[in-house]
Amino acid sequence: MPTQRWRPARALIWVALAAAVGGPIAAAAFSPQLQWRGPIYILAGFAGIVALGLVLVQPLLIGGYLPGLSAYRGRRAHRWIGGALVVAVAIHVGGLWITSPPDMIDALLFASPTLFSPFGVIAMWAIFAVATMAALRRRWGLRARTWRIVHMPLAIVIVAGGVVHAVLIEGTMETVSKAALCVLVVVATVAVMADLRARRKRGTSREETM
Amino acid sequence: MTTVLINRRNLLAAGGAVLASEVSGLLLPARAEGLAPTPSMRGGTNNYQKGAPIVERIGKGGFWMSGTVRRAGDGAPLAGQRVQIWAHTVEGRESDPQSHGATLTDKNGAFRLEMPQIIPIFGQPHGHLAYDSGEFKSVFLRPVMRSAKDTALEAHFVLQPA
Repeated sequence: MPTQRWRPARALIWVALAAAVGGPIAAAAFSPQLQWRGPIYILAGFAGIVALGLVLVQPLLIGGYLPGLSAYRGRRAHRWIGGALVVAVAIHVGGLWITSPPDMIDALLFASPTLFSPFGVIAMWAIFAVATMAALRRRWGLRARTWRIVHMPLAIVIVAGGVVHAVLIEGTMETVSKAALCVLVVVATVAVMADLRARRKRGTSREETM
Repeated sequence: MTTVLINRRNLLAAGGAVLASEVSGLLLPARAEGLAPTPSMRGGTNNYQKGAPIVERIGKGGFWMSGTVRRAGDGAPLAGQRVQIWAHTVEGRESDPQSHGATLTDKNGAFRLEMPQIIPIFGQPHGHLAYDSGEFKSVFLRPVMRSAKDTALEAHFVLQPA
């Protein structure tokens, strides 16, 4: 990373990211649906929106696209955000379970009438799998290449599952801000994966120096 | 007065229809016995509370749930059948007792119950209906509204003897 200097373009990326993640949350806060929901159901819904926002931050951190963060700090943040994602998903599922146990049990058993449920449940298990393996990575002595082979497909499952899950739900999220966030999540993931692949091919990857 | 035209196109169409119905009859033997019973829907029993009271209206109303109850096989309308209805509405959650009510079918097998506006819950605006009175096999339905702004929803039961 070059020395840190104030540049409008750099600030703009952070502003755009804050808008992409904060916009949908703010828009959902004005949803008329909220007046007919209890606090736990509301919390569970927002935890889901936050989780989708964190899924946008993840590729940007690991790709080094966020100005002002060194590669090292970007990676550390990626791990912390990964942990936050697990917490957000746990609140989402736990809150929905309390709100309507039979509906949540149906979803977890893949017996739900709603198409979006299995997408969400599969993404959840992929998130838990990545987090578990990330925690055990050092103990197992996983090499960077092995880790990549495990993490990349799961990351694709998380992004695809999470986005389809969100798009199909009729809930508190406002349609346009939800669609924008979903598009950004997919674009960021594809762009970063392609970029990292190109960097590895050029032999300039920072990946193996972990 | 209507004139019946018999030309090659009509004959072909009629012949095709007869052929199609015969083929499907062979493939689906149940068809031969007439109207098939309605299967319960996924998630239909969720938040069901047995024995919802028969009411004039659930809560303050504003939304209409309606449908029919018929007998499997001959499709005869079933009068006096108890249909239980519940949903997440502007007045309460699915699991709240005041969100539940029941009504009886009229002599044409039709029912209609006014209830509060249904709103999306668990990602879909939907209602729940149950036939669970013993004489016929229980059926639990979970119809989904085309739009959350709809102010009416229909569900139809075809019951088979228990």
